[in-house]
Amino acid sequence: MRHVKRIIPSMVAAICLSASVAAAGTLDDVKAKGFIQAGVNGDLFGFAKPDEKGVWKGLDVDTARAIAAAVFGDADKVKYTPLTAKTRFTALQSGEIDVLTRNATQTLGRDTALGLNFAQVNFYDGQGFLIPKALGVTSAKELDGASVCVLPGTTTEQNVADFFRVNKMSMNPVVIENTAELSKTFFAGRCDVMTSDASQLAGIRAVAPNPGDYVILPEIISKEPLAPAVRHGDDQWKDIVNYSVLAMIGAEELGITSKNIDEMMASTDPKIKRFLGVSPGNGKALGLDEKWAYNIIKQVGNYGEMFERNVGVNTPLMIERGLNALWTNGGLMYSPPFK
Amino acid sequence: MNAQVPDKIPFFRDPSKLSVFYQIMTLLGVVLLSYYLVSNTLANLERQSISTGFDFLGKEAAFEIGESLIDYSAADSYGRALIVGFLNTLIVSFIGITLTVLLGTVIGIARLSSNWLVAKLSAIYIEVFQDIPVLLQLFFWYAFFYEILPTPRQALAPLPGVFLCNRGLIFGVPHFHLAYIYAAIAFGAGIICVIFITRWSHKRQDESGKIFPLIRVSAVILVGAPLLAWLLGGAPAEMNVPALKGFNFKGGVTISPEFTALLLGLVLYTAAFVAEVVRAGIQSVSKGQREAAMSIGLKPAHVLNLVILPQALRVIVPPLTSQMLNLTKNSSLAVAIGYPDFVSVAGTTINQTGQAIEGVALIMIVYLIFSLSTSAYMNWYNKRIALVER
Repeated sequence: MRHVKRIIPSMVAAICLSASVAAAGTLDDVKAKGFIQAGVNGDLFGFAKPDEKGVWKGLDVDTARAIAAAVFGDADKVKYTPLTAKTRFTALQSGEIDVLTRNATQTLGRDTALGLNFAQVNFYDGQGFLIPKALGVTSAKELDGASVCVLPGTTTEQNVADFFRVNKMSMNPVVIENTAELSKTFFAGRCDVMTSDASQLAGIRAVAPNPGDYVILPEIISKEPLAPAVRHGDDQWKDIVNYSVLAMIGAEELGITSKNIDEMMASTDPKIKRFLGVSPGNGKALGLDEKWAYNIIKQVGNYGEMFERNVGVNTPLMIERGLNALWTNGGLMYSPPFK
Repeated sequence: MNAQVPDKIPFFRDPSKLSVFYQIMTLLGVVLLSYYLVSNTLANLERQSISTGFDFLGKEAAFEIGESLIDYSAADSYGRALIVGFLNTLIVSFIGITLTVLLGTVIGIARLSSNWLVAKLSAIYIEVFQDIPVLLQLFFWYAFFYEILPTPRQALAPLPGVFLCNRGLIFGVPHFHLAYIYAAIAFGAGIICVIFITRWSHKRQDESGKIFPLIRVSAVILVGAPLLAWLLGGAPAEMNVPALKGFNFKGGVTISPEFTALLLGLVLYTAAFVAEVVRAGIQSVSKGQREAAMSIGLKPAHVLNLVILPQALRVIVPPLTSQMLNLTKNSSLAVAIGYPDFVSVAGTTINQTGQAIEGVALIMIVYLIFSLSTSAYMNWYNKRIALVER
């Protein structure tokens, strides 16, 4: 009865919901069990995927590691639950995971009706189109009548339908839940074009049999602020997740990296002293150790380091900083003062 | 010694009263448990600010569906999208069950063939298809279609107006014309006609022993009547021929690789089980029956049709029903290969609305309806063919 497996996660979630969710106090729960259970993609190169040695790598993985570094002082105290786009929110709602770092787009509906809270965005993304160069298409507005490979269970399906409707074009979607299976189908030519968040497309192109044969079209048809999510109603835990991401951005603003952090501990700059917990206060306010930000930067690095390591121009994904640059460099990454 | 007059039995020793008591207690327990589950779920949903109810069915779906038997666009409601999914599941299950029963019966009989090669080939088929998980088979057939077949621009054209490519099998269909309605009516009338002729010929055979060439006459009626109606209707021959326009073929009818892969995978897998059921049924009929039938001079086909199968069916039908239900339920594996069945559409709906409990409830209700109606029909059929004890 293999078919049942497809709906088991939802059913389990429904049962868990009825059997009372772990009450507030995620921080206490996490401390008690000694690790953070993070929901991740599991199959998306650059964001969350185990490498050939089985070590989880990626921007979302590093985000979860930063939270673990803040809570435990040890970035390795994370266990990963690979989730599909469909099961990710129910897994969070039901308490199966503590935090969802699975390139999930923050939307009003999810923030409210789904009972979630989103923390600081860790990647500003937008939906685009990946297409074989051989088709000679240069703009997404030439896609009338195309077969489109779509990953289900995201805002992707809605965005692409909206885009085709607005431009009075017809489309023929092929919807497959598994990224790997969908990519294979696309590379074999079942669809003319594939749509997803541009970052995902970069990841998919990187594993193509011949990455040079594919091009991402210039049109970005949606805003996709990808952010870690937590359950609604646990403000302390949300603060911790939020400031773990912000600390990485703040460190980049302050010029602190994993390499120079130990020299920075001796800095006389009051902002840096507060940030690294040399002048105490921030840790207590969050309910964490005063060295929480130090641990994040020391073990995971600042936002720039994390970005370049996982998805930057020197990785197979070749993504420019763009919107994800610091505000001082024309991007959107901005952290509030750490005081 | 006086016979002791038994006291009135106290109610707690009276088995009939006790059983009523137990049943009431059980019922109360079930009611309380469901009340607890429902109210607790609602309270938790409320606490987590997750909206509930079926209001979403009327909202605009805003997503496209790859294939649909009825008109559908992203501007239609979630309710209509779910109907599209329902019909997609229905059609694949219906065609799947029909083909499975036919193929399974043929292979089941072939396995008992006295021809060594035929029997062994059937046995190999059964072992191979029964032993490989159906999901793998679906992936295999789907990959087979999208890897082997060319792109639309290099589509194969086995017949004029028929194209085969990785977007599916695309062929022309006639433009709508009243004559086709006449032909459909004529076909329906033909079926009724054949039923009456069948009854009449059986009766006549019972009375006089004369054999009526039933199959030939039926074929003439079923083909001739619609043809005649079509001719009388003006014999329209205009076709809606598919043509390559842009990325895909426009016009005609497309049978997608997703549908074909799902159908093929389900039919080949389930037919292996049905073949075993059929074989078991035939072997359950004692050897003497066959020998007796042959000894009175019946032809081999008659031995099978008149003596063996009517008795074997009684053994075959109940497990066959369960295989039919399996096929319907396995059709939900469609999501893995991109066929927009009910589970796939409901999954998208759940994700966009976030109302997992309602969505999963709908999925369960739909499969329950499919299963119960299949069972009801098969139970009726089973009763009809059951051994009438005299």
